[in-house]
Amino acid sequence: MQTKLEKNITYSVLIFFGIIVLAPFIWISTIAFKKQIDIMMMKMVFKPTLFNFDKLFFSKESTFFNDIFNSLVVGIGSTVIILIICSMAAFTMIRLKIPRWITAMIFLWVIVFHMLPPITFVASWFQIASYVGLFNSRIALILAHVTINLPIGLLIIASFMRDLPMEIQEAALIDGCSSRQAYIKIILPLLAPGLFATAVIVFLFSWNDFMVAMNLTAKATQTVPVSIATFSQQYEVRYGEMAAGSLVSLIPALILTFFAQKYIVKGLTAGAVK
Amino acid sequence: MQNKDLSWKIYSLLPIVLILIFLTLLPLVSIFYNSFFDIRWKDGGYIYNFIGFQNYLELPQNKFYVPGLINTIKLAIIGVSFQMIFGFVIALGISKIKKGKSFFVSLFLLPILLPPIVIGSIWRLMYGFDFGIFNYLLAFLGVFPVDWLGDPTIAFVSVVILDVWHWTPFVVLLLLAGLESLPTDVYEAGRVDGTSGWSEIVHITFPLMIPTIIVTLVFRFILSFKVFDEIYLLTQGGPGTSTEVISYSIYETFFESDNIGLGSVMSVVSLFVISILIIVVLNIIKRVNKYAN
Repeated sequence: MQTKLEKNITYSVLIFFGIIVLAPFIWISTIAFKKQIDIMMMKMVFKPTLFNFDKLFFSKESTFFNDIFNSLVVGIGSTVIILIICSMAAFTMIRLKIPRWITAMIFLWVIVFHMLPPITFVASWFQIASYVGLFNSRIALILAHVTINLPIGLLIIASFMRDLPMEIQEAALIDGCSSRQAYIKIILPLLAPGLFATAVIVFLFSWNDFMVAMNLTAKATQTVPVSIATFSQQYEVRYGEMAAGSLVSLIPALILTFFAQKYIVKGLTAGAVK
Repeated sequence: MQNKDLSWKIYSLLPIVLILIFLTLLPLVSIFYNSFFDIRWKDGGYIYNFIGFQNYLELPQNKFYVPGLINTIKLAIIGVSFQMIFGFVIALGISKIKKGKSFFVSLFLLPILLPPIVIGSIWRLMYGFDFGIFNYLLAFLGVFPVDWLGDPTIAFVSVVILDVWHWTPFVVLLLLAGLESLPTDVYEAGRVDGTSGWSEIVHITFPLMIPTIIVTLVFRFILSFKVFDEIYLLTQGGPGTSTEVISYSIYETFFESDNIGLGSVMSVVSLFVISILIIVVLNIIKRVNKYAN
């Protein structure tokens, strides 16, 4: 059994690392409520102000509401598409009889693609998007996010699919259900927790993506991370707005982590190593 | 019935196959094709000039690519080593406690789930020379301020620190899953024999965890070749080439210098190097899984 000393050491170690994880976020929160001058003066005692948030959302050149809208459209759009195509494909590959090489090829390529640096594909997507006239459109970014997050989506859904009991589906097939009916009426409801875990993770990855969004969008369609990055690139770094924007962009992840932690853990572990 | 089933099978696989073909395989072909051309953007269209292997010959002379490749490998090795050590300690800690488990798991999930660009901005602020928190604390201790991002050697160390901070939680998650699925009867047998505490970790937990550790290690190693966002915001590869990484060189060549030919060569070479690593990695994982079962 654990001694009291061991227990105390364990908690101390965890709290120590926990503080290291949290400290940057606490620091950024204080910055977000400081005036530029207080940030520059390194004032530790200061009068909190909403000035930065005001500027972030309501200044004349602000596009932040529009950026949030873009991020939501792209995030939700790409998530829905991934859920549909990955659940259909996973059902057919894992639950129906198809030639094994098809399944093996798709999974192998998806895993390999997941490991390749996305920047090597972005330039081509940029070319394709400009070629078909989709550059600076949300559709191009949605498709890019679907592609980037397809591996993790497929791997998570596949691992949940493998855990479903086989008997129910077989019973349905004997009852004369077609595969399409079995998918819609039986598999999808049973898969709901897996779909939810996938949705949370894929949405967050889309919301977080900076690199693809930066290269495939311009001002009108830019997402939140791209907008935050611009604050640091102007002539004078706008620390206050950068901090305020960062804080706002953390909200979806914080809410989802709080409410769906179990699903996220299960999904991430399922999607990581298979 | 049979026919209907066949058409379902085709429809259900079609979208994923089309995406994989047009948005992952086609780009690979196009990168390979482009790598033999000098490509300029002129009057709203690309002008292709076939130049054979010239782009490839130019690559070794490129100021950024080779140092970037070396840095990427260095970052992967050093970063992942620390992530594994801290990750194991934290995962072990979480697996031992009863109260507050899900709180700590949530806490350690944060760095993975938050936007990397935000993490980059936060650390950039913290590393700031004039009003960053690190120099503030150093001044408090009476130590001279450190140029965290301006000095070549220190800048690389700063990037490593951020990388370890950012990705240790991922290691925690995977190792924790491994720890929780260890058979409990071995521990009970060990306790009967009188093992406890430290010797339990060394003689029972660690050996049982070796397969999980290896898989996590190689997986993290490969994924760390993707590093981009933090570098983009923190150092842009500088000073000099001290924090240059392959993804950044490729981005810079494609999108800043508009040199599509050279950018494609960089991509081809990077993909080649990483593919070899992936083959090695997949083989290791396969063997480990066989050994584990």
